[in-house]
Amino acid sequence: MTAATQTESTYVPSAEVLGAVLAPEERPQRPTALSASISFGWRALLKIKHVPEQLFDVTAFPIIMTLMFTYLFGGALAGSTREYLQYLLPGIMVTSVVMITMYTGVGLNADREKGVFDRFRSMPIWRPAPLVGMILGDILRYLLAGMVILVVGLILGFRPGGGVPGVLAGLGLLLIYSFAFSWVWTLLGLILRTERSVMGVSMLVLFPLTFLSNVFVDPITMPGWLQAFVKVNPITHLVDGVRSAMAGAPNGSAIMWLLLESAAFIVIFGYLTMRRYNRL
Amino acid sequence: MQKRQTTDLAIEAEGLVRAFGQTRALDGLDLRVPAGTVYGLLGPNGAGKTTTVRVLATLLRPDGGRARVFGHDVVTEADAVRSRVSLTGQFASLDEDLTGRENLTLLGRLLGHAKPAARDRADQLLAAFGLTDAADRQVKKYSGGMRRRLDIAASILNTPDLLFLDEPTTGLDPRSRNQVWEIVRALVAHGTTVLLTTQYLDEADHLAGRIAVVDHGRVIAEGTPGELKASIGSGTVHLRLRDPGQREQAQRVLAEALNTTVQPNSDPFALTARVTAEGDDFVASEQASRALHALSAAGIVVDEFAFGQPSLDEVFLALTERPAPGSAEDTRAEEMEAVR
Repeated sequence: MTAATQTESTYVPSAEVLGAVLAPEERPQRPTALSASISFGWRALLKIKHVPEQLFDVTAFPIIMTLMFTYLFGGALAGSTREYLQYLLPGIMVTSVVMITMYTGVGLNADREKGVFDRFRSMPIWRPAPLVGMILGDILRYLLAGMVILVVGLILGFRPGGGVPGVLAGLGLLLIYSFAFSWVWTLLGLILRTERSVMGVSMLVLFPLTFLSNVFVDPITMPGWLQAFVKVNPITHLVDGVRSAMAGAPNGSAIMWLLLESAAFIVIFGYLTMRRYNRL
Repeated sequence: MQKRQTTDLAIEAEGLVRAFGQTRALDGLDLRVPAGTVYGLLGPNGAGKTTTVRVLATLLRPDGGRARVFGHDVVTEADAVRSRVSLTGQFASLDEDLTGRENLTLLGRLLGHAKPAARDRADQLLAAFGLTDAADRQVKKYSGGMRRRLDIAASILNTPDLLFLDEPTTGLDPRSRNQVWEIVRALVAHGTTVLLTTQYLDEADHLAGRIAVVDHGRVIAEGTPGELKASIGSGTVHLRLRDPGQREQAQRVLAEALNTTVQPNSDPFALTARVTAEGDDFVASEQASRALHALSAAGIVVDEFAFGQPSLDEVFLALTERPAPGSAEDTRAEEMEAVR
């Protein structure tokens, strides 16, 4: 604090010095959409550097989820935890990462209350760049959560049939889907007034989507009406895609569906988000 | 940048309307700001100053009316407007989690500088604004004055043609306030147009070439500081009596000596009167001294006597026949108190 006081008291604005930094300079070219988005991604990385606590939810939460469900259900559902893990791990990875995507909305909601958001909005840059950059930063968090779960799984005995390429393909599909799904939360983050309500609504959407799916058990044992829901649940397609890729036997139709859904999320929710963003 | 003619308009707004629910924050606001000047928007909290800035900076769409910045419509040509203006909002427009240098480097890159150039520009500005020592500290650890300086530095990464400064000194101590004033003067000397919003008449008076007084989303008076002050009287006399029982008598004596109306304050010891000498400071002060004389001749004991410029309260009283809502003077007095 002494340094602050010093800087405060010794600073005397000088017309010459200020005039010199104002000297007419060639204005640089406007950055491209990609370069502006990457700059915002860099901002997200800097924020992680300064506030590393925010990584807690992408490391501790997934570990707890994996351990909890493996040992809770393993014996009862598959006879042994090790056997159950082969089925559960891709699913729990999807659940954890998809749950973490909601922090995109919470973060945006907090950001928009701050003055810096006004500055971004008043700059001549590609309009979606602040949001795209933010989600690019979040992808790093998703990747981290996915890796943590994978490592825990490998330690517990998860042995994916697809090997390294299969696992990478599964992880890639999951990241693509999460990027797309994040646009649902950016819209919510801009519409809802408080972080708390963003959180509340997100949970309301995510709980049924993740639990009423094929994450934990094979839908065959479910009643018909529930099977109907599970079948159209987009999370089911995602889990099928990721699970089959990791097992080394890619399920083409599930993968096609999850890519189509990703495109739809980006087009529809991206459009609605930007519409809202431009009219705040 | 070529020298612009003074007749060019930086801002031209006609009949701006913007409602938030039932409240009409802007209710037919007109504004013409000549390029190359500091233009003051003066008004109390909630008058519509910030809404005006937000509409002009393309952050908010007006419900009605239209506005142009350097000839570009703020709604249909928003992008052209954005490339000419910079905004320093009421609350620092910076990322609090990042350091000062990171903030400037990020914004420099967003304006299209390559990373090394953005870093050089950041260092150059940090030095010019006396922030080199604090460059690697998070902005949330900055004092109010430092934050403000960084905020203005961020706004001139590319020297803007028009800079919005929304209440740049609210909440600052007097020293930091003077620093901001000096910075604004340097900017204008360089040719940047500044639209300054403020609750303080003395600030508008010190910096602005012209002032618009805003109330309830409209401009209720416009002119040079001299013209405005002349229209509302050239000074004000405040006095505090030793004996509140003498107040009525004092009110009469004062009214006669100054040839004006005298208002009793809520404080039973105090009186306030406007001196309406026709814009001539010498005559106004002479009248004030004559009034003091008349009071002592009448045997009235005065503990405090102050003769000063009209305050925003008095501008408001004169223009609207009612006191300024949420009196800015009180806030200022409290802030000054807090500084001590």
